[in-house]
Amino acid sequence: MTITITVNDQMREVDSEPDIALLWVLRDMLGLTGTKFGCGIAMCGACTVHLDGKARRSCVTPLESVGSASVATIEALDRTPVGRALQKAWLDLEVVQCGYCQSGQLMQAAALLAVNGSPTDADIDRVMSGNICRCGTYGRIRAAIKLAATGIAAARKAA
Amino acid sequence: MASAAPLLTRRSFLLAASTTAGALAIGFVPAEAAPRAGSLEPDQFIRIDRTGTVTLIVPFAEMGQGALTGGTMLVAEELEVAPASIRTELAPGDDTLYGHALFGDQITGGSASIRGGWMTMRRAGAAARTMLIQAAARQWSVDPASCHAEAGIVIHPASGRRAGYGELVDIARTLPVPQSPQLRTSGFKVIGTPVRRLDTPAKVNGTAKFGFDIHVPGMVHAAVMACPVLGGRLGSVDPAPALAVKGVRQVVQLDDAVAVVADHGGAARKGLAALGPRWSGGQRISTAALIEGCDRALARSGVTAEARGNAAQARTNAGSVFEATYRLPMLAHAALEPLSCTVSLTKEACEVWVGSQVPGHARKAAAEASGLPLAKVKVNNQLIGGGFGRRLEHDWVRQAVLIAKQVDAPVKVIWSREEDMRHDAYRFHNHSHVRVGLDAAGMPVSWEHRIVAPGVMFRFLPIFTKDGVDLDAVGESGSQYAIPNLHIDFVRHEPPPGLLVGNWRGVGTTRNAVIVEGVIDELARKAGRDPVAYRRALLEPGRLRGVLDRVASDAGWGKPLPNGTARGVAIAPGFGSYVGMVAEVARDAGGGFRVTRIFCAIDTGQVVNPTLVRQQIEGGIAFGLGAVLYGRITMEEGRIVESNFHDYRVLRMNEMPEVHVALIDSKEEPGGVGEPGTAILAPAVLNAIRAAGGPRVTSLPLDPSLVART
Repeated sequence: MTITITVNDQMREVDSEPDIALLWVLRDMLGLTGTKFGCGIAMCGACTVHLDGKARRSCVTPLESVGSASVATIEALDRTPVGRALQKAWLDLEVVQCGYCQSGQLMQAAALLAVNGSPTDADIDRVMSGNICRCGTYGRIRAAIKLAATGIAAARKAA
Repeated sequence: MASAAPLLTRRSFLLAASTTAGALAIGFVPAEAAPRAGSLEPDQFIRIDRTGTVTLIVPFAEMGQGALTGGTMLVAEELEVAPASIRTELAPGDDTLYGHALFGDQITGGSASIRGGWMTMRRAGAAARTMLIQAAARQWSVDPASCHAEAGIVIHPASGRRAGYGELVDIARTLPVPQSPQLRTSGFKVIGTPVRRLDTPAKVNGTAKFGFDIHVPGMVHAAVMACPVLGGRLGSVDPAPALAVKGVRQVVQLDDAVAVVADHGGAARKGLAALGPRWSGGQRISTAALIEGCDRALARSGVTAEARGNAAQARTNAGSVFEATYRLPMLAHAALEPLSCTVSLTKEACEVWVGSQVPGHARKAAAEASGLPLAKVKVNNQLIGGGFGRRLEHDWVRQAVLIAKQVDAPVKVIWSREEDMRHDAYRFHNHSHVRVGLDAAGMPVSWEHRIVAPGVMFRFLPIFTKDGVDLDAVGESGSQYAIPNLHIDFVRHEPPPGLLVGNWRGVGTTRNAVIVEGVIDELARKAGRDPVAYRRALLEPGRLRGVLDRVASDAGWGKPLPNGTARGVAIAPGFGSYVGMVAEVARDAGGGFRVTRIFCAIDTGQVVNPTLVRQQIEGGIAFGLGAVLYGRITMEEGRIVESNFHDYRVLRMNEMPEVHVALIDSKEEPGGVGEPGTAILAPAVLNAIRAAGGPRVTSLPLDPSLVART
């Protein structure tokens, strides 16, 4: 059946059984391969996307459950000031190694900063510990989230 | 492959060269094979076109360790261009053209990309630069020695003439390729600087393509499940439930696996889940039996790997004897990107897209499985979402080609996390027994270490075996300390047939460091000596003692800590580097330990990129700590029990300690950095737990009662 969803501000029609996970719709039907498959059971966070701005594990999100929610993926992260600040901090602090988890890390971090402009270590741990990084970039991720938060706050003050 | 590392720079290179005759390509293809219209291609690594764009064919896999950036920096240094201006492509699978200088074959492992590339990459850059300078000199009728290159331009200062590389390509490509171009030996401009990683921008916006992301026109997707019982076969399977899923096209049966082919991965996975395959045969082995087997092997004597003095006699004469048995578990790699392989197979040719640490081996596997000659098989290497040794194998490449033989389209074969966990190339169980004869002051006079391990190198890299000994398995197993009598005994103990065991980050160094450094630490304790002072007394002045002194100083060794907090130290040579670590642990109210801070000092010779070195140490620590806390693969009735990250836990952010890395200033040849951090983490943590009043841990992972609740 044909189902219409909104992805990165575009209406997309997909022909799929309704219980197929959003992850595969994004990757294999819409070509948005920035969202990664890691575990399939919401244990690693590599597949994290936003549904109406909130972080969701797309590997356990059935297509039929998306409804009218707006889906945002890593490919659209640079459309928000928070997203751009995070990407810059990730580059400035050389966070990335293999990079396979980083789409999910960035999407999770963006969801955090959207509701908490100056997260503490404990806040970061609480929100980010569902995202596995096997390369061990955790320390740099933590620092980069704080750097991005500082940058966003400074930009707001200046504006 | 790790253990022999310090030897590799000279002797083993010659060994490799002599034992893999013909397969070793360190230098350059013959000049007549190189030129292609419109570009300068002095060798298999470098291509410069008429616009001056430099393309580097990177012979290493990029799996997060930064070899793409490091290798590019080495070329940039000699070619006199900015690293960021160089386009990079991952080399295709070709053991002849892209063989590693130390290993022979095209292998990314053993923390050796920079070690192998130190000469080959710089020579490639220098050869191209030399030709471009000669081309300019010819054009200007001046002495090449009166010209130099800078930022992609050849300059003749006396006349003020300048020419960009692109303008010189047509002349340069007619010149002979210098066989021994002059290399810079000091005054590096690029080497040693924190050049930003070249692969990062694409990894923060979703555009980086990993093997799992490959799309080939007309491609279908296959989800696969191999027999979950060790060595078992596929009995029968009714394809109907899968074919009833929308988008599913086909069910493919292999001898030992079943795959569902569909229009997209979601349908393939749903179809596979709907199947009820019946499996037959296999070995109903359990972990208890594997451990018993290792213990029985521990009672045998094996092959002498190393001997100095007369250890048995010295022990007999010693005042007292200390003994310890260590048992290390089976481990999975659990890289975040599950395995995948995309195959386009016709009667005439086979093209493969896969992230591989051994693309040349993958090519041979694809040739064998497809029945095509090697020349008709192309392997396109891809970015890897974490390797850690898993992708030094090629079992899944063979499987993907066998599936492709039954599918009338290019096919991407994807493994689930469960498949990845249950069909890994595991680090096998390792058992060790150490006996130390002690003098009256508690100092060792003899060291006997019996190592029970599989001989992975006999299969994987025979040049790392000698007289029945797997040189990796016995590396760094005691001889790093100045103990007069020493005997290292290697008992080769293979897993049951069908259980694939291989290389896991840190390889032999990782398994032996936890044993050696645990024993030494306990000896210091028994002697009533400070663990740093005790080690110092057993070390000649040198690089290993240097990292011990540095890390002790950085960590404030000896300074008081709050109650329930303690430090542990460990040191090891390995991969051409020397590493020292101090771990701090804190005991929580429940009696469990949390690792709070790590100090590390590494002497890795000439640092090519300090950021990459720090990243690797930080990552090695996280990888090693996850294994210390939780890592254990078990088998029941021939089936691997663990399946995903809920029952094979890895380190998470809330468990990541604060990490401080010190790089020792050195002009020695570069060592490896990908594995030392993992190798040295476990003993530093276990020694800290002991110092904090915990038990002497001799088997891993930690008992859950010793792990802080998170």
